[in-house]
This record gives sequence, structure tokens and C-alpha cells, in this order.
Amino acid sequence: MKKTVGQTGNDGALLAPSRRSFLKKSAAAGGLTLLAGAGVGEAMAAGPDNLPPNVPEWMKTLGSNVAAHPYGMPSPYEKDVIRRNVPWLTATEESSINFTPIHELDGIITPNGLCFERHHGGAPEIDPEQHRLMIHGLVDRPLIFTMDDLMRFPSVSRIHFLECPANGGMEWRGAQMDGVQFTHGMVHCCEWTGVKLSTLLAEVGVQKAAKWMLAEGADAAAMTRSIPLEKAMDDVIVCYSQNGERIRVENGYPLRLLVPGWEGNVNVKWLRRIKLGDQPWHHREETSKYTDLMPDGIARQFTFVQEANSVITSPCPEKPMKFGKGFYELRGIAWSGRGKIKKVDISIDGGMNWHSADLQSPVFSKSLTRFRFPLQWDGRPLLLQSRAMDETGYVQPTIEALRAVRGRNSIYHKNSIHTWRVLPSGEVENVQIA
Amino acid sequence: MSRSLNLVALLIVAALALPALAQEKAHKPFGFGKPATKEEIAGWDIDVRGPDGAGLPPGKGTVAEGEKLFMDNCAACHGEFAEGAGRYPELIGGRGTLKSDDPRKTIDSYWPYAPTVFDYIRRAMPFGAPQSLTNDEVYSIVAWLLNQGDLWPADKPLDAEGLRKVKMPNRDGFLAGDPRPDVKPDTCMTNCRTTPPKITSDLAARLGVTPTDRKGD
Repeated sequence: MKKTVGQTGNDGALLAPSRRSFLKKSAAAGGLTLLAGAGVGEAMAAGPDNLPPNVPEWMKTLGSNVAAHPYGMPSPYEKDVIRRNVPWLTATEESSINFTPIHELDGIITPNGLCFERHHGGAPEIDPEQHRLMIHGLVDRPLIFTMDDLMRFPSVSRIHFLECPANGGMEWRGAQMDGVQFTHGMVHCCEWTGVKLSTLLAEVGVQKAAKWMLAEGADAAAMTRSIPLEKAMDDVIVCYSQNGERIRVENGYPLRLLVPGWEGNVNVKWLRRIKLGDQPWHHREETSKYTDLMPDGIARQFTFVQEANSVITSPCPEKPMKFGKGFYELRGIAWSGRGKIKKVDISIDGGMNWHSADLQSPVFSKSLTRFRFPLQWDGRPLLLQSRAMDETGYVQPTIEALRAVRGRNSIYHKNSIHTWRVLPSGEVENVQIA
Repeated sequence: MSRSLNLVALLIVAALALPALAQEKAHKPFGFGKPATKEEIAGWDIDVRGPDGAGLPPGKGTVAEGEKLFMDNCAACHGEFAEGAGRYPELIGGRGTLKSDDPRKTIDSYWPYAPTVFDYIRRAMPFGAPQSLTNDEVYSIVAWLLNQGDLWPADKPLDAEGLRKVKMPNRDGFLAGDPRPDVKPDTCMTNCRTTPPKITSDLAARLGVTPTDRKGD
């Protein structure tokens, strides 16, 4: 974070030549850190006027007024805290995905503007006055709801993570992506507000024969997924708000499904239609896509739950251990689609020994959970890992254990223990170990 | 005196509160929303179910017509033989590859149900102009695709009945029902390895496939 700018500059003066060249490299990589990476002399020359004992320039003039920013934006110094995409990953940017900068975030709530996006036909800009939700099929009273109608029903707010099942999918065959934003950034966590789907289903009257529902989006892909009625009646929310404000366009404005703990794709955005039926529809997104191909050529279908996962977000390739030997707080996130995170263990030696991390409370069910671990680094190379356990006793597996069962072709649901190699220089690399 | 007045007041409050509480418990409808008419439902009810083709509309198409339509609407991305172009997906081919290191998941190698092809093309294709084709046109494109995969004869018109009867080669290739958790939990805390960790993959920092602005440069 940019708070460390001053420290970095001071630290830079103490570096051995090899480490200084590494810092210069990363300094060249980022506009603001250019200042940070420079030696003390250069930093003084670049702007000593704002440092002690001088009075900073921003204390000598008035700041912007209350009418200047009717909707606030982050400081311009935070311009690098953005979603990023991988251009070679998909054929178009309308049917594509981008990644949450999880290495830049603290706590468990993802700011709305940084939540990863996955669209199959672009993000439509829908006029809420002209948006409708139709519920029909095996129901007693097929109904059409306006947004006003939906907001009149009793509401709930819940904090839940939402993860694309392809999160980490580029790493099944080996360590490929040089950054935690790309290895684990298809996840976000928000406070969602809306009406429980069970409330709406009671309103239309579900018929006895109904066992599944089809959810359909109002986008250019008219994206559909089949969801078992049992889950629909359990904890699914038809949402209109995200972190207190209306859902962002790219996250499903004005209405989306939130299916806690289940793969992102079933959380249908721009929700326009729910149809009740007696069996699943076997649509494209639940046959051709979002099925897990096993080594025997058979594909697992309707693998909805996102199993427990975790990753250390500091340090990581984007956030090296750049202060040399000494104290570091390892920080990261853990989550499970089956319930609460119960425990996160940390290893610095590639899984030989494990130590329990501190969990930030309160821990919510099917939510990101922040963990922290204090480390005194002696400058030796490390193999850093985190291992999450959830309240069902499920433990995040190694990549070797996962591959032994599922091979390398399943694309989806790769939730294995992740390894960062820390070099003596403090640089952090994405590696896999056996 | 004041006590009995209070009691009366309480009873009145209770009587007023009762209907609202009862509504919550008995799932009596709130009465929000409006009934959906048959016409309204018909306009939006576009789904076709894979296994039994429920929802397939009337109409029919031909392989010959489908070829023309495919060249005009689809070939730019999916290739003239549905072999794909650039990063756009191939649609036909790759049977027998699902166990290999390079599985090719296409309509004829992977999709379990033919009616889903109709469903998907009608709802989402052509990319950028979805729901612009007539039902007959969609039947024609599906007929041509299935013909490319040797699953429909060149000279036979395709309709709902025909599409329901197509048995896709990979129909039995899916396991419905989630077998997870499928890895035994390991909760060892000390001396957990018999051998030191061995790096099996460490090219991420050098492969050059990560966007170069990852740190904002």
C-alpha cells in the first residue's frame, strides 16, 4: 500500500546491491513506487518539502469541497488497485472474465467497483423501471414482479463470498500465473440484500411435482442454470443491493440471484425469469461448460459447492517481502461453500510443519474469512502455504492429492493448497511442489 | 381501573397485530406482483429442455439452408467447417479425445443432448445478435451442425420430433450427483513430510503469460 512509501525509501538506503537492483526493477514497474524505490538522497530531491520537519503542502491550502464528489472515488494514488483481465484467456472481452485485486484489499468485504466480473454476453445496462421478474412453470399462480414489488417483500442481508468455479483453473497443469490476482482473483465477498427466494416461491405457490428451477438472465446470452428446489428453498436470495447500494451493472443490476456457497455461474445476474420444473434442463452452461472432466473421460455434472479454499495475499508476487529480514504479518483469505471456516494453518517450509493462524472474528458462514500469522523472517528462502479447514471437517488438499483423483483436465473447482516461493531477495514466485 | 384499561389496550394491540403475524406463518400471499398472462409467458418462455426436448417450438429446417445460414452468421467465428477460428470454439470434431491430454469438448464429442443445441443457439447466438433468427432458421443451423457431426442425414428436414430422437455420442458421459468431498483430509501439524518438498513447477514468473501491468506498470 502507498502508506509504506516513506518506509520503502528509507529501507532502500540499507540494501545490498543485488536487492537494490530488484527494488529498482519493481520501482520501474510502478509510477508511484518510483519514488519509493529511489535512494534516500533521490527521494529528498524529489520532494522533501512535505516531509518532517516541513509542513506538507496539503496543510497550507483548502481541500476540495463537499459538492466536488457527489459519488466518491478512491484517491488518485490508488489508481493501480483495479480489476485486470487476461486477454489471451477468452476470444472476446464481452464473453470473458476479470479478476479482483485481492492482494490490495484488507478485511473481508470487496468494494463494489473491484468485484470480479464474468459475463457471457457483456453487461447490459437495464432500466429498472422496465425490468421484470417472471416466475412460472409448476406453480399455482404465475406472477410478474416489478422492482418496486420485490422491494416490498420482507428483506434479508447476508455476507457471502461468490467465486467462479474456474478460479485457479489456469493452474491445473502447473504454476502459470505470476500474481495472486490471477491465481485466485475470481472471488469477491459482499453484503447482499434482497428477498429470500423461498418468500417469492411461497407467493407463487410451488406445485408438488416441482423439483428444480431454471434461472434466466436478461443479458445477450440469456444465461440459464438449473438449481435444485431444495437449495432454492434454503438460503437463496433474490438480490437488489450489494454492500448497501444497488447492485453494480456488471454484477447484475438491477436484480440477481445469490446462491450462497455455490459456484458463481448459478448466481444468475440480471435475473428476469424463474421457471419451476420436475427435472434439470441440461442447458449449455451445465453440460458443455461448468462440468468437470475426469481422467476416465466421464464428466461430473452439477458440482455446485465451492469447497474450502485459501491463499496468502501478502506476501505474494505483487507484494514481495521487500523490507529484508525482520517482522512480517502474513495475511490472507479463506472461504468455504459448506459453511464457516474453522481453522487456517500456515507452513513456511512447504508443508513439513504447520502453525495455526489467527482468524478475524466474527467468522460468517460461506464468507471470506481473514487470517493473519506473525513471521520473523531470517532472510532464508521460504515455501509459504495456507491450508483451510471448514466446520464440516473438510480440509483443503494438496495439488498432488487433488490431481491423483481428478487428473488435470477438469478446469473447474481447483481449490488446492497454494505455494509461494520466497527468495532471499524477498521476491515471491508462484510454484507447485510435490 | 387503569389496569383494566391497559388490558383492553393490550387486547386491541394484539388483535391488530394478529393478521400480520398470521400472514407470515401461513404463507398467505402478500399480493405483490401481477398475474402473468399466457401471452406474456409465451414471449419469454424460450427454454428447451435437453433430455426430452420440452419447449421445442413448431417449425423445421434443412441442412442445405443451415449451411447458408451458418456461412452468413456463424462461420466468421466458428470456421466454415465449424472447426473454430482463432480462440473462438470449434463446434464439431474431437470425438474420442475426452480421456486424452488434450480433450476437445464439442457438440458431437461432448454435448449429451441435441435439443440443448437448439436452446443455446436461439437464446445466445449469433454472438452480438441473439434471438434474431427464426425458429426455422435455428432448426436449419442445428441440422447442418448435426450433419457435420454425422448425426443427421443431409436430405432430411429437422423438426422437434427429429431433434428429440437424436442420440448424442456422449449422452452417457456425465455423472450427475456430486461425489465430493473426494480427497481424504490431512490435518497433520508436525513432521508431515517424509521427503523434503520438491518443486515441480516454477515457470510462472518467466512464462510471460501474465499481463505485464500486474503491478500497474
